[in-house]
Amino acid sequence: MKLVEKNMTKHTFSHLDALESESIHIMREVAAECKNPALLFSGGKDSIVMLRLAEKAFRPAKFPFPLVHIDTDHNFPEVIATRDKLAADLGERLIVRSLEDSIKRGSIVIKDESKPRNPYQSVTLLETIEEFGFDACLGGARRDEEKARAKERIFSFRDEFGQWDPKNQRPELWDTYNTRVNAGENIRVFPISNWTETDIWEYIGRENLHIPNIYFAHEREVIRRGDNVIPVSHLVQPKPGEKVEVATVRFRTVGDMTCTAPVESTASTVEEIIAETATTRITERGATRMDDQTSEASMELRKKEGYF
Amino acid sequence: MSNETQLLRFITAGSVDDGKSTLIGRLLHDSKSIFEDQYSAISKTSEKRGMAAVDLSLLTDGLQAEREQGITIDVAYRYFATPKRKFIIGDTPGHEQYTRNMVTAASTANLAIILVDARKGVLTQSKRHSYLASLLNVPHVVLAVNKMDMVEYSQARFDEIVAEYKAFAAQLDLHDVHCIPLSALNGDMVVDRGENLDWYKGPALLDLLEKVEIDHDVNTNDFRFPVQWVCRPQTNEHHDFRGFAGRIEGGEISVGDEITILPSGRTTTVKEIVTYDGNLATAFAPQSVTLTLSDEIDISRGDMFVKSSAHAPKVEKEFEATLCWLSEAPLDKSRKYLVKHTTRSAKCLFSRLDYRVDVNTLEQHAVEKLNMNDIARVAIKVQSPLVFDSYDIDRATGSFIVIDEASNNTVAAGMIA
Repeated sequence: MKLVEKNMTKHTFSHLDALESESIHIMREVAAECKNPALLFSGGKDSIVMLRLAEKAFRPAKFPFPLVHIDTDHNFPEVIATRDKLAADLGERLIVRSLEDSIKRGSIVIKDESKPRNPYQSVTLLETIEEFGFDACLGGARRDEEKARAKERIFSFRDEFGQWDPKNQRPELWDTYNTRVNAGENIRVFPISNWTETDIWEYIGRENLHIPNIYFAHEREVIRRGDNVIPVSHLVQPKPGEKVEVATVRFRTVGDMTCTAPVESTASTVEEIIAETATTRITERGATRMDDQTSEASMELRKKEGYF
Repeated sequence: MSNETQLLRFITAGSVDDGKSTLIGRLLHDSKSIFEDQYSAISKTSEKRGMAAVDLSLLTDGLQAEREQGITIDVAYRYFATPKRKFIIGDTPGHEQYTRNMVTAASTANLAIILVDARKGVLTQSKRHSYLASLLNVPHVVLAVNKMDMVEYSQARFDEIVAEYKAFAAQLDLHDVHCIPLSALNGDMVVDRGENLDWYKGPALLDLLEKVEIDHDVNTNDFRFPVQWVCRPQTNEHHDFRGFAGRIEGGEISVGDEITILPSGRTTTVKEIVTYDGNLATAFAPQSVTLTLSDEIDISRGDMFVKSSAHAPKVEKEFEATLCWLSEAPLDKSRKYLVKHTTRSAKCLFSRLDYRVDVNTLEQHAVEKLNMNDIARVAIKVQSPLVFDSYDIDRATGSFIVIDEASNNTVAAGMIA
């Protein structure tokens, strides 16, 4: 039984306020307890939300960690431009490591240039973690994205091979996070675990965040392969018999250009995207990530290998 | 969805046989939170397994390992929203060996749904789930009597189960219990009311989830602010800025309020409440803010600010707690562990193991060692004092985790009382 009479003051605290406060709390725990953290920043919408949350957690001070991007060299140029602009505007340090570096070293061998590079991203990420000795990497993954993520902790421990063991995760209770790792081990931290795609868009609207323009409806040359709409780029050219058409599309996620499909949409403002997200009948990754469609467990397998 | 939409976290406790996965599937399906690609994936799987209808329970299957074995092995978090609220479901398996999963999910929940099968009534596991909900001080409990279609939607049967449950629940410290008859399979009284339970006049499950009052699920009385991180920009612009960043874990604070810094006991007043969006006059739990103070006092992470006028927390090096052991390696009384409580960590020893609670019968047994899933009353000695409240006063300042420094694993969760 509660012994004290309850204070009847009412404060409005919306779901976005609750999520924001939780994320700030998580980021500050990392800053306070981890020796050498980094924030993984790609220029995509989720990582742009992460930057705003970091500003809320640490200003007026600088971020207590650098921004790190693992560049597949298969990124949309608009996203890379946004990445560089945001890092410069914030005056924060941006470290970019490219799959090309790993290819030159021989730790990645590319068999087919036109194939997605996501499977190789883990290699460069792990090499970058080792190069800088990061003990914690903050990432913008969300649990609503995928079945394997739904079971992942906010502080997700990785062994010295960068591997995730889903059956052997540390229990995570209240908001009391165990941040301890041995030398050479690593924690991935997901402050926006509990956000959904809709929350992200509502927050982008509320905070008036600058995001790459390819998230909004635009005309683009595409090819249709099976059920997928694929953007034409220097990496993806029509095969004999395929027809290039101009469609009005937008991207729900911005990943590797060879496997990120746009959705047909005329939503050109954040409000229109929120409305569209509320009524869409296909999940975010299901609509846009061909690499997740290959098997029921593709994300789980990639995560076990050290992918985010 | 408006910005005034609140967030409610709830857990579902029950076994596959009680229709738990079907209930979650039904909530998601009828609130239109299932996507076509998810639906087509489970349709394919249902067909492959030779089922006649689409098995909604497959929606909550997560990992490959689980799909192979047809079981749920860990807590999974799921999300859905209605125009009134956003929901986070902590989905926990009902098997006995997974007490730790339910404890984990319950630790952050506003509400627990305890699922029973109308044919079987209140079983041992329902009692166990209710005990754990009360132990973790989950503010609201719903007894969902499922499979009402299997007992011909009988009001008499429902009343019988409710009476039995209430008799049992009286032994527990449950605050706000609601009982709902439903059929997850047919969708009666889950999202829609259906046509079979007209005798029941209370809210359907989703209606209750949307309306249950949660403003006071956090402690709104006693200001508690564990210092998380000291903000010292040391730039020309903010040369003298020294802010204390953290999350308010109880009550509220205004500029000018006198605060006491614990454990030192020094007092000062709040000069500013700083946020990225501008300074505030008042802030409240669970906001994350940065406080500046009128006096220069040596303060670091792990210190706690409390309002001098409020009910004072305890500052002690020894305390009693109820512990849930989470690790496969049993507790070793001869060893030192690490306690993490709010933002403070300290080495600790278990000075006494008083008794173990049988979660099925609530009986107390003598105890020599603690194994995984054991719940026990213990006394703990810490190397440096902790600033704490009783768990039933404040979940954040009354709880802690225990870490094994040899493995760095989280081995136990504790509630101070």
